[in-house]
Amino acid sequence: MSLLEIQDLGIRYATVGGGVQAVDGVDLSVEAGEVVGLAGESACGKTTVALAIPRLLPDNASITAGAIRFDDVDLLAVPEREMQRVRWGRVAMVFQGAMNALNPVQTVGAQIVEPIRLHERGTSAAQAKERVGELLEQVGIPAERAREFPHEFSGGMRQRVMIAMALACRPQLVIADEPATALDVMTQAQILNLLRDLRARLGLAMILISHDLSVIAETCDRVAIMYAGKIVEHGPAATLFGTRAGGGEPAHPYTQALVGAFPNIHRERTFVAGIPGYPPDLASPPTGCRFHDRCPVRIERCRTESPALRPAGGESHEAACHLVGEPSS
Amino acid sequence: MAIAQIPLEDRPGARAALRRNWNLVWADPLGRVGVVLLAAIAVIAVFGPMLFPFNPQAVGRTAADILRPPSAHHWLGTDELGRDVFRATLSGSRISLLVGLLATAISILVGAVTGLVAGYYPGWPDSVLMRITDFFLVMPTLPLVIALAALFGQSLGIIVLVIGLTGWPSTARIVRSQVLSLRERQFVVRIRSLGATDLRIVGSHILPNVLPLIFANTVLVIAGSILSEATLAFLGLGDPVHVSWGTMLHFAFVSGATGRGAWWYFLPPGFGIVLVVLGFTLFGHTLDRILNPRLRGRG
Amino acid sequence: MNTPSDEPVLRVEDLHVHYPVRGGGLRKRRVVRAVDGVSFEVRPAEVLALVGESGCGKTSIARAVMRLLEPASGRITFRGRDVTHLRGEELRRLRAEFQMVFQDPYESLDPRQTVLEAVAEPLAIHGRATSPDERRALVFRALERAGLHPPEETARRYPHHLSGGQRQRVAIAAAMVLDPSLVVADEPVSMLDVSLRAGILKLMLELREQRDLAYLFITHDLSLAWVVADRIAVVYLGRIVEIGAAADVIADPRHPYTKALVSVIPVPEAGHATEQILLSGETPSPTSIPPGCRFAPRCWLRREKGDPPECTTADPSLLPEGGEHAAACHFA
Repeated sequence: MSLLEIQDLGIRYATVGGGVQAVDGVDLSVEAGEVVGLAGESACGKTTVALAIPRLLPDNASITAGAIRFDDVDLLAVPEREMQRVRWGRVAMVFQGAMNALNPVQTVGAQIVEPIRLHERGTSAAQAKERVGELLEQVGIPAERAREFPHEFSGGMRQRVMIAMALACRPQLVIADEPATALDVMTQAQILNLLRDLRARLGLAMILISHDLSVIAETCDRVAIMYAGKIVEHGPAATLFGTRAGGGEPAHPYTQALVGAFPNIHRERTFVAGIPGYPPDLASPPTGCRFHDRCPVRIERCRTESPALRPAGGESHEAACHLVGEPSS
Repeated sequence: MAIAQIPLEDRPGARAALRRNWNLVWADPLGRVGVVLLAAIAVIAVFGPMLFPFNPQAVGRTAADILRPPSAHHWLGTDELGRDVFRATLSGSRISLLVGLLATAISILVGAVTGLVAGYYPGWPDSVLMRITDFFLVMPTLPLVIALAALFGQSLGIIVLVIGLTGWPSTARIVRSQVLSLRERQFVVRIRSLGATDLRIVGSHILPNVLPLIFANTVLVIAGSILSEATLAFLGLGDPVHVSWGTMLHFAFVSGATGRGAWWYFLPPGFGIVLVVLGFTLFGHTLDRILNPRLRGRG
Repeated sequence: MNTPSDEPVLRVEDLHVHYPVRGGGLRKRRVVRAVDGVSFEVRPAEVLALVGESGCGKTSIARAVMRLLEPASGRITFRGRDVTHLRGEELRRLRAEFQMVFQDPYESLDPRQTVLEAVAEPLAIHGRATSPDERRALVFRALERAGLHPPEETARRYPHHLSGGQRQRVAIAAAMVLDPSLVVADEPVSMLDVSLRAGILKLMLELREQRDLAYLFITHDLSLAWVVADRIAVVYLGRIVEIGAAADVIADPRHPYTKALVSVIPVPEAGHATEQILLSGETPSPTSIPPGCRFAPRCWLRREKGDPPECTTADPSLLPEGGEHAAACHFA
């Protein structure tokens, strides 16, 4: 049984002009100790899915369908009090841009202590302080710096603080939304290295969300690619993106195009590819496959019929494209 | 790459923008109240004295005419000299508004120009102008009016001048901070890198982006100026000839009308002041919320 | 645009840019040496990328070249003419020849101007195309060249009607309308979605072909520089530490900093994590630059070589001097 199992998730935002179905029929599973990547460009729905898991969606969002089962408990059905225990204690989140959301007038230590005090009520001040020190060391920050303020840390270090905060209550699952964006490439490498290291040492399961396929490829075991609110392809990272040894075999045209948009210094020096057109307006989504108007290999069927996920060769590799095999069931 | 798929939901141009903003103000309940109040006051001030053209200075003929409660003949009764309070209220509205508007004009003009220059030229122009601003900011209105009135006699001009001169610093600060932030925005840096003269940058790029803020601020300053005038007049420093609502309140108090419970004398000008200030404040705050990008909340 | 083909469009010699720092003693005015002796040239129709992490000084170099700030010392030569200390009207007139494209497409355009006004403004500033019809024609042509069709429709709109990619194209159109010889592009695609970047970059390179345009391309993204640029200059703490042909610098980096950067370049491929050279700590700020080689405190090569003395005593210069592929390291 998977640690986290998202089934047929649908999320809708109520907007002035009507409503937008931001997430539509998403299935995702994460095993214990596994790192799953959720990749896609802006407004594809990945952050919405991430926020749905700890039930932190904004007021105008509503779950229209599906279930989120964590350790076999449907998180969507659970009362809020129970949810508060799940949040941080079992599912922790590093939000996008969180490193800029630290309270400037509180020491870093005080901010990390907060979730500990809230979730592990019996902890004494001394025990909490010790734990803070441990956490900071775990993320590569000397423990004494707990009494410093956020502005005394660089961007990369603040991100480490956020990771320490996420680990404070020993969660089973960490959701990291764009953990390395807006950081210098060297700092980014350090943070990703840290995440890999923590995962190995603590046996964490992680959901890593990013628009940057390189970040996803480097850090994740399995990847799901999202486009316009749906998952268009998922499979092992090595299958989708390949390794040093051999090239990847992404099956969905969008994934192929997206991979082509990232330069790869280990390959031939060709110009980056782009994808013509724009992502669809989810307030009135197109009929058929949502990618069809931008797809270089579309056929007539793509305009009218929305493809379901079907096997795409390789182990647990599926793609939602009419040109890829036949639907499984 | 075609543009066709972008919906042209709002037309470009100043007129369309004006209509959009008007709709937004009208849609907001408080904004609507403010506009209605202002419209009412405007009608009263502009048409009131014209529609009821009897001489406001007509004092009562006998002692019995003094401080009479409202009647068919005098809708709001009479004051301590037997004059018609209703008519006085109508013409008082003009004076109160006039002083408010003129003083505001001075405030905004001086404040906006100072703010623009100080914000656009950091360094010594900014320092010098800000010190001058601080000087006027802390200047006490009351002693200044008293001193000037003693020297030059009480008049509308003095009131307008003093309220204007003590009101501009706040506008200057608001404008300056907006200009400071605008100046560093990427599009302004880009225009500078194109070789635009300062005049063009300030005139075509900074000013249009500051004007909405100035406009919203103006409305609120009017409210403040009217209130200031009312206060000064109430204290007896107003122009004795051009009677404003504040002056009416002053005479009501001084003549003992308040002690005698002659509510028809002080309630009308009092309410008038409250309503006009409320109208401008509600309108101004709504405008501020619409035009000031930082205050725009959700929804 | 009649430069003889060997005269560089831009030559920067020993550029220093200092920012004053407040506080400290009453006497000594501390400065941040954001650019601490940078020399390079941009050849006609060439794309030179300045690559480095945040705070390395590349943006300050760009601003100094654009004369948006006054260099503390050094010389900037534009098409053979010394422009370092140009002021006033002369400087204004010169600005028609080099343009800048900025990073944030949502902030490049005045929200109160239509696209037509925005692209026509450079013409107005420099007194070109005095009749409104002539101006419109030039604007439409620039918009069309920038890939915005139909130009008449786009010209009527306000920036908030356009997407990020479209706004960036408008910014490029506005930069092209005066027919400059050099364009300084400061992270022109970093705020755009990945799938949209190719379009903008392709546009920029096409314009280079059509008009013999040179680019100074500022970016933190080394792999982007590798794809787009002819030559790459790697900047660290206000100095160029390596410069050479793009393919060479990436395939065969000579400076230890470049080697580390190249090793951590993200690629959409799994399994490269083990080959990375991770530097410790973060890029120091330029408030206190160490003596000797400024990369020494973080240099892995220095550690490998057992801490040789010249690393902390002698400041390495770019060698081989004037060579095609040079690095500022005692052991390159």
